[in-house]
Amino acid sequence: MNRYDYVRPDTVADAITALANPDARALAGGTNLVDLMKYDVARPALVVDINRLPLKSIEVSGDKLRVGALVSNSDLAWHPDVQARWPLLASAILAGASPQLRNAATTGGNLLQRTRCYYFYDPSTACNKRAPGSGCSAIGGVNRIHAILGASSACIAVHPSDMCVALAVLGATVEVEGPQGQREIPFAEFHRLPGDMPERDNTLQQGELITAVAIPAPQFGSHFTYLKLRDRLSYAFALVSVAAALQIENGTIKDARIALGGVAHKPWRDVEAEQSLRGQAPEPRVFEAVAQLILRDAKGQGENDFKIELATRAIARALAQAAAGMPQNQSDKVIQ
Amino acid sequence: MDQFASSRIPISLTVNGQRHQLAIEPWVTLLDLLRERLSLTGAKKGCDQGQCGACTVLIDGQRINSCLQLAVTRDGAEITTIEGLADDGQLHPLQASFIKHDAFQCGYCTPGQICSAAGLLAEGHTHSRAEIREHMSGNLCRCGAYTNIADAIEDVMQSRAAMKEAAE
Repeated sequence: MNRYDYVRPDTVADAITALANPDARALAGGTNLVDLMKYDVARPALVVDINRLPLKSIEVSGDKLRVGALVSNSDLAWHPDVQARWPLLASAILAGASPQLRNAATTGGNLLQRTRCYYFYDPSTACNKRAPGSGCSAIGGVNRIHAILGASSACIAVHPSDMCVALAVLGATVEVEGPQGQREIPFAEFHRLPGDMPERDNTLQQGELITAVAIPAPQFGSHFTYLKLRDRLSYAFALVSVAAALQIENGTIKDARIALGGVAHKPWRDVEAEQSLRGQAPEPRVFEAVAQLILRDAKGQGENDFKIELATRAIARALAQAAAGMPQNQSDKVIQ
Repeated sequence: MDQFASSRIPISLTVNGQRHQLAIEPWVTLLDLLRERLSLTGAKKGCDQGQCGACTVLIDGQRINSCLQLAVTRDGAEITTIEGLADDGQLHPLQASFIKHDAFQCGYCTPGQICSAAGLLAEGHTHSRAEIREHMSGNLCRCGAYTNIADAIEDVMQSRAAMKEAAE
């Protein structure tokens, strides 16, 4: 780990002042940044310990859930209101990491976690995300876990979050504060595709800090699921995951939302494909067709070609679970 | 805002009931602090990357991977390690149950397993065998003693539930 200076602000304003230094990094739960510092992937000159900022509350007002950036993944997932009214969010969080990591990891940190691409983590290799312009070792390399949608010739990394896949379906808003004041970023615009700037995971500006995530009440009742497929049953990143939610009225689909994890540089939504489900019957033939539609432009990299078929089947299965009101159980893992 | 001119930052930690005033560099992890400076070598450095759980301790009652915590960020916290679980020479019920069920082979992961299980019981979200397995998934055992580890935890969980029922 490199040597750095350390400050511990008590207010958001002081934190933003400290984060004006382009070599500063905000530290919350530490589960990703400390790991990256040990690998010499992150080499901050200044660590800004934001754990004392007053961003730890979970507020439910009317139909909105507002989660402070420093709320831990555990506190959020097990909060009684979240369990009762935002169960898709709870389910996705509990599908990720381990209880120890969820106790430390924060809401803001989950959004800002970096990719788990092996080459990004290995400073002895070329990686455009870690060292812009150096090339991408994953293209033509070991790429079993990599992207099948939205990748570029510069980067085929995927965003590793489970929680963010649910937030994409739930239509969350990211509240940020920076040198220019406060602003709100719709969740779909928060993470970005790699293009020719894979070093940028998201649309935060220099010096901006996430202060909260706001989430409207879902309209889909029990017609949701979070289905995560991985190399072992627990404590592993998704090869493919699907958050699915359906509004069903009088036996037909009124609205649908589908987001994929583990397949792209951001949680992947295809609004056009979602809209194609409107007015249709919630049945396997329809689900298989929309799955094909979502994967129509998918491109494998060799070792991850299997993900295209896996994602197609996972979408159809997740929609069947949602239609049946049978969300995936994250403990016994039996896929119904 | 606390600004630190020196590379050593003053912190206070209560570890297994004992208060320590320390001056510590901001890049020292809680795990290294416990092992190297306080000579508490129960928490193990397995992977040092948050992937194995051997370093699990309780911070303010919550189980956390101490290898991924910078010690300075936990200024003022109460830490319990495996050395602090026994009560006045009396083994913690989980320690006794791990022995009873032979829930280890080499023993390297055991301090982390037991601290993690103590956190699991305190959380109160675990009610079945499947949930024990899932909620203990952050602790790897390379010897593969999982069956007996789950038995040991289930035993304590059931006797606590029985005691709670009897009290009601």
